[in-house]
Amino acid sequence: MAYFRSHVLVSVDPVCVEKGAYELIETLQDELVKQGLVEEVQVLETSRIGDPETEGLDLMVYPEAVHYTKLTLDDVPFLVEEQFLKGRIAEQYIRETKRVVDEELSAPKTKEVRIVLKNIGEIDPLNIEDYIARDGYMALGKVLTEMTPEETIQEVLDSGLRGRGGAGFPTGLKWRFISNAEGEQKYMICNADEGDPGAFANRRVLEGDPHSVIEGMIIGAYAAGASQGYIYCRAEYPIAVRTMKTAIEQARNFGLLGDDILGSGFSFDLEVRMGAGAFVCGEETALMASIEGQRGEPRPRPPFPAQKGLWQQPSNINNVETYSNIPQIILKGAEWFASLGYKKSTGTKTFSMAGDVKNTGLIEVPFGITLREIIYDVGGGIKEDKKFKAVQTGGPMGGCLPESHLDLHMDYEALAEAGSILGSGGLVVMDEDTCMVDIARFFMDFTQDESCGKCTPCRIGTRRILEILTRICEGKGKPDDIDTLRYLCEQINENSLCGLGKGAPNPVKSTLEHFLDEYEAHIYEKRCPAKVCKSLIRFEIIDGLCTGCTLCARNCPVDAISGERRQTHVIDPDICIKCGICEQLCPYDAIEIK
Amino acid sequence: MATEVKEGQDIRNMVRTLVQNHGDEKAELIPILHEINRELGYISDEAIKELSKRMNLPSSHIYSVATFYRMLSTEPRGRHVIQFCESAPCHVAGGRLVWQKLQRELGLAKGETSQDDKWTLLTTSCLGLCGVGPVMVIDNDIYGNVTPEQVPGILKNYE
Amino acid sequence: MPSVKSLDDLKKIREEALKKQQLKETSGKTEVVVGMGTVGIAAGARETLKAILDMIEKDNLSDIIVRQTGNIGLDSYEPIVQVILPGEEKVSYGKVNPEMARRIMKEHVLGGEIVKDFQIEG
Repeated sequence: MAYFRSHVLVSVDPVCVEKGAYELIETLQDELVKQGLVEEVQVLETSRIGDPETEGLDLMVYPEAVHYTKLTLDDVPFLVEEQFLKGRIAEQYIRETKRVVDEELSAPKTKEVRIVLKNIGEIDPLNIEDYIARDGYMALGKVLTEMTPEETIQEVLDSGLRGRGGAGFPTGLKWRFISNAEGEQKYMICNADEGDPGAFANRRVLEGDPHSVIEGMIIGAYAAGASQGYIYCRAEYPIAVRTMKTAIEQARNFGLLGDDILGSGFSFDLEVRMGAGAFVCGEETALMASIEGQRGEPRPRPPFPAQKGLWQQPSNINNVETYSNIPQIILKGAEWFASLGYKKSTGTKTFSMAGDVKNTGLIEVPFGITLREIIYDVGGGIKEDKKFKAVQTGGPMGGCLPESHLDLHMDYEALAEAGSILGSGGLVVMDEDTCMVDIARFFMDFTQDESCGKCTPCRIGTRRILEILTRICEGKGKPDDIDTLRYLCEQINENSLCGLGKGAPNPVKSTLEHFLDEYEAHIYEKRCPAKVCKSLIRFEIIDGLCTGCTLCARNCPVDAISGERRQTHVIDPDICIKCGICEQLCPYDAIEIK
Repeated sequence: MATEVKEGQDIRNMVRTLVQNHGDEKAELIPILHEINRELGYISDEAIKELSKRMNLPSSHIYSVATFYRMLSTEPRGRHVIQFCESAPCHVAGGRLVWQKLQRELGLAKGETSQDDKWTLLTTSCLGLCGVGPVMVIDNDIYGNVTPEQVPGILKNYE
Repeated sequence: MPSVKSLDDLKKIREEALKKQQLKETSGKTEVVVGMGTVGIAAGARETLKAILDMIEKDNLSDIIVRQTGNIGLDSYEPIVQVILPGEEKVSYGKVNPEMARRIMKEHVLGGEIVKDFQIEG
């Protein structure tokens, strides 16, 4: 059977025939013969493709799914040459493109650049040969045979790579610190304790491309002079733990971990350590305490881990995504990496998109892309075409940014200036139905719960904030609450020991700044503008719309709804627990939230 | 999840074997506690005492570690442990209604174990599955895109 | 198990791995790839994979390789199944439940026709 690499579809809809569809097919055939492509490109007749009322002829090319419109027969030779002989899209003839699939199912991702995610979905993560076939461990080979540790550090430094865990500290500099530190045993540690709610990029890399992390760590260990490494992974990620363990075992069997790697005399081995469900262990000093078998509590720095880290020995901690960038930097060069990105933030960043955005999931884009591009172009906009309200960047210690910040170019500095953080790249998109006071309360509930309790500002301060926010959401807010919140935010931020406490007030601070009107409505008018806070809303059945179908009454968990069949029902506000089930179920939209 | 209740001698044997396999260095404490938690469903006083002896660590240290981490429990748990993701993305994606339904369906509040020891209802921090939220985990099974209506059907799968 | 003692060894393994992959590509076998990271599993990828394997077993189908991979990032489309017919471009399908998987197997893997209704760009 002949195998065609491309197919041209020409509509033979009556209107198109009228316009000369068969002449177009003939001209195409002739031209394909002339350019020697007749065995590679097949012309097919099809039913209508685009809008037949468009003037001129049109055709569609697969597999690219390019729709050329408003063509004349004279355009055909050039088009055939560009599209099929040279294999590039003849842009000048594209007046509109039609997607192969319906709009909702297609995920535009044109703005993506994949470095960290390049192998994911392409390789079998449990097969080391798949990774090697895609140039895996070649960077390690290059480093061990051609580069000194110092040259390796310089290359990473020149690339401008900064810590992807959120702090944004230059990775090369970190490596230089540990390389210069004195100590009999040095450790290379990978922080895979991805605890930020809404961030899942690391999980995807650990599960989908484990060897890129291992390779990055071996290269780092060579640069730092470390002979032992640990990957500290959350216990909430059992598949990631299993995948990493298998990958390490394979690398060891291949001789890529262990003694005398690639005959270079350099030795390094690696182990996976599991967390046990403590958010604070993502903080580097707490993480090391946990590896040592202690409570995962942070300690003040200095001394920094590069001097006194794990078991008091010089240690280097980088994030999963940071390590998995390393092999590409070594192979393609610092200059290439530095050419991507924006200002002081080079390369790409993965973002985990969640919340009220159409395309949830993981993306990788160069730094400098705007929030608007991420949410609307890559993310496809807001679900159900509702109005955008806010986006929270960087996990529970990030700020909530409003519409006016959508054109912000994403990098470490710009986000910090806007009162948020890049963090680990979580993006939670919120639509108009979100109550920002409730969201602030929600995040504070999280940090308050996860506070390890070691330092007072964080332990007690977050609790006080949570109490005040809960009070406001319950309609019991006091006029001076806003000032008290501001004061607490400042105190906690300035006086806490670690990043958790320092960042904890961000959601409150940013919502106070951008959504003060919502706080005021709750406090002064006892009203929740988004109709979320239970104590401030009530459910009512609208007279003319209720048909008395009894669906709500039968499903009310507390029997708060009464009424005769075919008569308007009534909700007893004293019994109603405002669970919202009736509103969801009502087929006639007869239930209103007031 | 939790197997049949083990008695004193069994527990001591299990702890001894674990320490033999892992070694008695302090760094092995958390991995060993994980395994005890998996075997017994929780970390019993008996196990802590034995571990203290085998690892040469004060019971107070072991207890302080076991209570620090959310995934380790020093209280007995039900035969099936439900962990509901309480993080913002799941919350925004309709998790609140699923959580209410779960609590009503089981008659349990957060952290409680049912009287027949069948269920323990817990919340968990983010599972990193935000794209398919709301998410919950029952024992080792993960459920994504959960709606309140699906809850009874999912629970029925467990004996 | 090959032991890599030098960069040359590594390069040799890479060549062999590439050769193996090319062999696979020209072997005339169809590849069916299921995203089996946690997010895929949470969205029901196990049932989808099972439906595919069941069909292969029940209908005694040959020349089909079923592979697993990580989750590519389009979470809202999980479970994702990719079909690669010999010598053709990869086709991705989204939100594939067992029933859809059986249709994809029947129409695309066996029949050679892409099931356009379920296709996603990916």
